[in-house]
Amino acid sequence: MTSVGVSHRRKEGPEKLCGLAKYIDDLSLPGCLHGVTLRSTINCGTIKSIDFETGFPWQEYVRVSAMDIPGRNLVALIEEDQPLLADRKVMHPHEPILLLAHPDRAKAYEALKHIRVQYEALEPVLTMEDSLAVKRALYKENNVFKSFLIEKGDIVKGFESARYTVEGEYRVWHQEQAYIENNGMAAWVEPDGTVTVQGSMQCPYYIHKALVKIFGLPEEKIRVIQSATGGGFGGKEEYPSMIAGHAALLAWKAKKPVKIVYDRAEDMPATTKRHPAIVRHKTALDKNGKLLAQDIDVVMDGGAYATLSSVVLSRGTLHAAGPYECPNVRVRSRVVATNTPPNGAFRGFGAPQTLFAVELHMEKIARAVKIDSLTLRRRNLWKEGSTTATGQVLSESVGACEALEHTVKKSGYVRKVKEYASWNRNAKKKTWKGVGLSLVHHGAGFTGSGEVYLASKAGLSITEDGRLQVLAASTEIGQGTNTMFSQIAADALGVPFDWVEVENPDTKFVPNSGPTVASRTTMVVGGLVRRAALAMKEALAKEGLVLKTPSDVKKAAKLLCGSEPIRRFIVQYEKPAEIVWDDATYKGDAYGAYAYAALVADLEIDKTTFEVKINKLTTAQDIGKAVNPLLAEGQIIGGTAQGVGYALLEHCVYKDGAMVNGQFTNYIIPTAMDTPAMDVKIVEKPYSRGPFGAKGVGELPMDTPGPAIAAAVNFAAGVWITELPLLPERILKAINETQGQR
Amino acid sequence: MRGAPETMAVLRPKSGAEAVKLYGQQTKAVPLAGGTDFMVLWNLGLLNGRTILDLSGVRDWRKIAAARTGVLVGSLATHAEIGRHPTVRAEFPLLVSACATIGAAQIQNRGTLGGNIANASPAGDTFPSLLVYEAVVRTVSPRGKRKLPISEVFAGVKRTTLGPGELIEAVELPFLDKRPSRRLFRKVGTRLAQAISKTVAAGILRLGKGGVVEDFRFALGSMAPTAVRLTEAESAVVGFKLTPAVVDEACRRLERSVSPIDDIRSTREYRLEVSRNILRSFLEGNQ
Repeated sequence: MTSVGVSHRRKEGPEKLCGLAKYIDDLSLPGCLHGVTLRSTINCGTIKSIDFETGFPWQEYVRVSAMDIPGRNLVALIEEDQPLLADRKVMHPHEPILLLAHPDRAKAYEALKHIRVQYEALEPVLTMEDSLAVKRALYKENNVFKSFLIEKGDIVKGFESARYTVEGEYRVWHQEQAYIENNGMAAWVEPDGTVTVQGSMQCPYYIHKALVKIFGLPEEKIRVIQSATGGGFGGKEEYPSMIAGHAALLAWKAKKPVKIVYDRAEDMPATTKRHPAIVRHKTALDKNGKLLAQDIDVVMDGGAYATLSSVVLSRGTLHAAGPYECPNVRVRSRVVATNTPPNGAFRGFGAPQTLFAVELHMEKIARAVKIDSLTLRRRNLWKEGSTTATGQVLSESVGACEALEHTVKKSGYVRKVKEYASWNRNAKKKTWKGVGLSLVHHGAGFTGSGEVYLASKAGLSITEDGRLQVLAASTEIGQGTNTMFSQIAADALGVPFDWVEVENPDTKFVPNSGPTVASRTTMVVGGLVRRAALAMKEALAKEGLVLKTPSDVKKAAKLLCGSEPIRRFIVQYEKPAEIVWDDATYKGDAYGAYAYAALVADLEIDKTTFEVKINKLTTAQDIGKAVNPLLAEGQIIGGTAQGVGYALLEHCVYKDGAMVNGQFTNYIIPTAMDTPAMDVKIVEKPYSRGPFGAKGVGELPMDTPGPAIAAAVNFAAGVWITELPLLPERILKAINETQGQR
Repeated sequence: MRGAPETMAVLRPKSGAEAVKLYGQQTKAVPLAGGTDFMVLWNLGLLNGRTILDLSGVRDWRKIAAARTGVLVGSLATHAEIGRHPTVRAEFPLLVSACATIGAAQIQNRGTLGGNIANASPAGDTFPSLLVYEAVVRTVSPRGKRKLPISEVFAGVKRTTLGPGELIEAVELPFLDKRPSRRLFRKVGTRLAQAISKTVAAGILRLGKGGVVEDFRFALGSMAPTAVRLTEAESAVVGFKLTPAVVDEACRRLERSVSPIDDIRSTREYRLEVSRNILRSFLEGNQ
């Protein structure tokens, strides 16, 4: 009886279904105060004064400013440039300046109206172009947070021998993660002085690291606990370190528990977004459409502080050339500073931006060389033995071809290309129809040597009363972590799924298994859980015990715990010797393995309103092994729907560097009505170093809809739009411009 | 949630007469009908410290009554109730279609026609239909009762011509003399549900002998500070046959009645062109 490969029900499903799960706003803490944040109303400048209205009952409030911070005024992440509270300098709209807490939530908000901040405003830098031109230096002397260069072969030679050279420029903008639960955090100080926070999060140990610096306390005096979390999508990767720092400072100063829970109107404009990007391609091809050279230039908008921009750019850079073999490649990339709220982690993490560009560029190449884009992809895609832009030789688990061929066949792509071309010639039809294709790869786990630096630990424990618990800091954020871990541990140990539990992520009890990001939870942390379970199994085997019945577990508990309440089997990540990566030259094995996906979008455009209606999305995705097929399919459907939003609807409107449509009324994500029917096929090309062959699935489905839908819209409307989202307004404008040229 | 209920005083009239009396005494009170717009303001804390006139106890104003000359829709009838009413369904299908596009089921179950009108959003989805049906709004205030054509109710963005202490009691929908040959309701929103209109259109057209247009009424929402009838375009059509030249002229005149803007939901260019397309396909008979 095996668990892996079975669609077991979610461990936390019944609690969530019955409304029993406690999100942070559901937790009542005796004597708790409500914290609120005073934020900057300018995008760039200095704070001259902060005036508190006289006569207002300030004695009822706890106030915290930068001066109160006992340790460093810093949100510790990669660089140390972002303050927890703006001190004198304001770098972006909605930057936190001051914190207030009051027992009554409405009164806490009310107080914000009675504080006046005087600024001296400076001319801001709001666009990537102005930042690159160093209209003002916001970060070091050139505004560049990070740059990368990948070089393979000799691109000059590649272009010299080209039959065709095709150039294109592609653009994408911000996207909001739109988790259903806003950011929220509670904090209190234990009698022994331990600063404790509990709340909505993806990465307990990121918060732990940040709080250590803010308070200047030893690691064991900081405790971070995850509460039930209503979605993350990257939006709760780094931002919770900020709100946790705020809640903890207020609690520490108030000597009472404090809770900060944002409402949507605060969360959306103030927290991180997907990085906007401009990607330029210049491609050399021979007469058969074989790639000879790719010269790619990527610019991303990091916002006001470095946050995770360097790693977002890294992943974007490593995916920029697409899943295609090309002998000569150059990718140049940089992420720059602007006076806008920092952009950050979002499902896909830089890859949806650059994959949109390379995949739509395939359509441009197809038009230029007059070879259809399907044939172009077939001629160039990665196979086992292919070499990537970083020189990585793909020795196994390359499902690009299977994913592509299945999707093309199942969707009737080739037939529809012809049918729709003829439909579109009929002026009497009320719609134009289009079909579009994309093929992507997505590296699972941290980039390059990231997993080595993380050196993650995870484990399996048995308590004296015979409970088996997975120990990991990987959070359940709706994606199925708990269920998947239990399945992997159950099979490795040889016990039924129901016997395994998962300890709640709490830094007091679980080891640092790294952040819950980068499609790494199954492949990397799941692999550690498997090894920990095997270690326990081996320890039992030495004693001649195999777990067959519940009484065997009781025996095991006695045997392994002895006189202790719990026995933990903790293992640490070990880099496979054959994976080699050089951070300095960006050469080598960028990722242990890649997952692959192809998608065909079948849509029509209303000739009266230019609204796009997707009739069907067909996709096949190679994820190595679906540990839980239903959950994996759910990830694919959900990620694809989020990609549909990115492609068609989701448009953050910025004015003077601030998002002005920061509520769900006007930030348009797809409803069930806007989400098309999907035909999902899971392809399993096992990865020998993943648990049971598994690779990552979390981010992969986010990459495919943008380019496929753009290709289909361009096909249908007879235009060439190279920017997302494909709003009806943009389609109309392109049609008018195209007709103007004819 | 920034609403602080303890800072609000709530008045709970049990009848229309009592509501008028209380509102007359406290004209700054905020009337609460279905609450679908009210709760947005509540959530942002914008109603803290205000007096609320809760109309939920005024049962008389919830009725929908069919009479010989038309239907009288109580101001507190919900969009769902209007959409279900057999006479409204038979005689005022454009209003039924409009009610079915407001928010989604939950909003339609709470939101009221009177609340929708009093809120006076430029994007109010029922307004083009009400304009086409030439609805009459019945109001009541301490100064007495009034009847206003719907076209005279809206004064601007979120502003009405209602005076202090004046409440909407009901909306009269007069039956059309003759059945229209064509009718149209079309909402172009930001997505397929839970959407605010970029443009919203309602129209009826009746052809007489020899294809001459006897009646043509067309109204648009989200295209000006208030929903508007396209009187200029209408006059280019009524009394004429629908020749290409007449259709072109009507489409050309559309712009004279509207003043669309670029905002966070759409652009002037898009609103104009799509509204024109909708009008054109309606007049050409191929919507």
